[in-house]
Amino acid sequence: MSPARKTGVAGSDPEVTVFLNARLIDPASGRDEPGGLLVRDAIIADLGGHLRRNAPEGAKVIDCQGHVLAPGLIDCQVFTGDPGQEHRETLKTASFAAAAGGVTTIVCMPDTEPVIDQVALVDYVQRRARERAIVNVHIMAALTRGLKGEEMAEIGLLQRAGAIAFSNGKSSVANSRMMRNALLYAKDFGALVVHHTEDSFLSAGAAMNSGEVATRIGLPGVHKAAETIVVERDVRLVELTGGRYHASTLSCAESLAVIRQAKDRKLPVTCGVSINHLTLNENDIGPYRTFFKIRPPLRAEDDRVAMVRGLAAGDIDVIVSSHDPQDADVKRRPFAEAADGAIGLETLLAAALRLYHNGEIQLLPLLRAMTINPAKLLGLPSGRLEKGAPADLLLFDPDVPWVVDREQLRSRSKNSPFDESKMQGRVLRTIVAGTCVYQYGEPPRG
Amino acid sequence: MTPAAHASFHFPRRHLLTCEGLSAKEINSLLDLADKAAEVNRQVNKKRDILRGRTLINLFFEVSTRTQSSFELAGKRMGADVMNMNVSTSSVQKGETLIDTAMTLNAMRPDIIVVRHHAAGAVELLAQKVDCSVINAGDGAHEHPTQALLDALTIRRAKGRVSGLTVAICGDILHSRVARSNIHVLNTLGANVRVVAPSTLLPSAVERLGVEVYTDMWKGLEGCDIVMMLRLQRERMQGAYLPSTREYYHFFGLDHDKLERAKPDALIMHPGPMNRGVEIASAIADHSRSVIQDQVEMGVAVRMAVLEAVARHLPNH
Repeated sequence: MSPARKTGVAGSDPEVTVFLNARLIDPASGRDEPGGLLVRDAIIADLGGHLRRNAPEGAKVIDCQGHVLAPGLIDCQVFTGDPGQEHRETLKTASFAAAAGGVTTIVCMPDTEPVIDQVALVDYVQRRARERAIVNVHIMAALTRGLKGEEMAEIGLLQRAGAIAFSNGKSSVANSRMMRNALLYAKDFGALVVHHTEDSFLSAGAAMNSGEVATRIGLPGVHKAAETIVVERDVRLVELTGGRYHASTLSCAESLAVIRQAKDRKLPVTCGVSINHLTLNENDIGPYRTFFKIRPPLRAEDDRVAMVRGLAAGDIDVIVSSHDPQDADVKRRPFAEAADGAIGLETLLAAALRLYHNGEIQLLPLLRAMTINPAKLLGLPSGRLEKGAPADLLLFDPDVPWVVDREQLRSRSKNSPFDESKMQGRVLRTIVAGTCVYQYGEPPRG
Repeated sequence: MTPAAHASFHFPRRHLLTCEGLSAKEINSLLDLADKAAEVNRQVNKKRDILRGRTLINLFFEVSTRTQSSFELAGKRMGADVMNMNVSTSSVQKGETLIDTAMTLNAMRPDIIVVRHHAAGAVELLAQKVDCSVINAGDGAHEHPTQALLDALTIRRAKGRVSGLTVAICGDILHSRVARSNIHVLNTLGANVRVVAPSTLLPSAVERLGVEVYTDMWKGLEGCDIVMMLRLQRERMQGAYLPSTREYYHFFGLDHDKLERAKPDALIMHPGPMNRGVEIASAIADHSRSVIQDQVEMGVAVRMAVLEAVARHLPNH
């Protein structure tokens, strides 16, 4: 889908913009050097050390003051309430949140009302995004009708309409034959199948990870094996069918080991992790704090560490925010009865930088999982600093400290597990197709 | 209360939400107070005026005959005005959330709310939203503090102590708030706690709560001072967790054969209501060493003590 451009600062955009005095970081090429970047007609026209101080004649100049200029982030798992649950989040508010978080491309999940399982709905969401969103919006369409896991959606037609990949949303396809056929059929179209991995029989009624914490606070728990079982099955089915498969959000070492082995066997398999599972664990739930109720559930610290190591080793391909806006009505309930989900677009980069500041991962591999890796996975031309690539950019200060205040977040829902958290590193500017859609300190537009 | 007893009394809390975290001193303070209440309850005039003018609301989201009537009686004997509110599931489904209910009740300016709810943590959530004292009368599979306190009082009165005794808690530990509260209280008071259940009815990592785990009841009862049975909910009996009630009774029902493994003077306890012939043989329930009726009596006394203890932290006292 073409990026939303028309919402730029009304008519004042010069054709040529140059970013001087930047620290250019491009995970795709491994570049990390002082330099500058030239944008012409929404495209990266030139970049490198020679542009560090020298602005071409007539160009609009932005002095980066030595901060990091990187490709804008690509978040391939964003839930919105558009259509059907607009009180939680619309495409517009999600895109504002994304812009504030340095995310220039979001992939919207099909878990809407109605479910995005028809061409008309893909058209509708695309039109809404064109009219209202200030970042690029792509659609992950439903793999099965109504996300029920029983009948295949029109994968070919949905893809032709613009769906970028196919997912069963927040649920797994329980029926193995259905899953096999979906992988087999999707393969004919080269379509990517993205799957939430959770055995719904094992997880029925569970409110959190099983173990001492759940036992102590009296909540029904689910063992992490409920995730690994589905990952193992899916890998077998990929082996059988050759379909392209992406496990959307892994949360434990055992699941990751299955994916790693599948990769060793050259199967077309990738996996992702949510920022929550990289930075939080089950102890954060504390006294029944429902903002920490997510799916898959937060696991033990050992598993969090395993996920970070997997990321650093390149076994995990992408980091997602798994942004899932839920309003106060469904969160201010007893834990077991509260909705799952946490917002995360605006805090994605800052939370990820925690791992960098803790010395758990270097900046390049960290950013790789939010830029070039998702771009490759989804076949997008963005996610890289390269001549001819779209000028979707992120300017950030990796060190400046700040404290999250959920009331200041742009998302329509405020269910952030990072509320009142101390962060280090924040977004200064977000540029989509050459247009600045967010600047720190400036009020949001629209 | 004598001045000496008053000086040693220690319960610096406005709410009673959990047993986890209570100190031995706090528990003993409540039990001492309950001992005195038990004496009053055996007199002709049982009425006291410690809570005169106070309003106590029994807010029960789950049906309960015993606990609710026990709290009602305790409140009335302490002189409070008691209102029972049974919030059936259907009215909750009409859209009023727990928080709405809490705010509505709070506006009626009660002094103490006693809450039972089917979800773990619900009572704590409610306590955050109201100005009065809140007493947990059972929240999901989390805790049921007054039950554990009345069990400890029953044991202490019968055995003279809790410390050093071996207590076997038997049955559906997985879904039991009674078991969790008892584990905390008994451990804090220095007892050796065992849990006895089939593995399907044991919560994950339960040994981390400081208990010995037995899946063989004959072994689990070996040398016990106290055999504490739990109620098995009907919906758990058929297939999902257990093959049948018959099989459960055979391996985990308390009968003479298994009871013989315990010490000759071992006490038999059950929080009620009992499923005779499922978790306990009828004759055992009525055994001379059964203290099941004492538990009911101590229930009222403990709840009077808890009401008195939290009332000390109410304003204008």
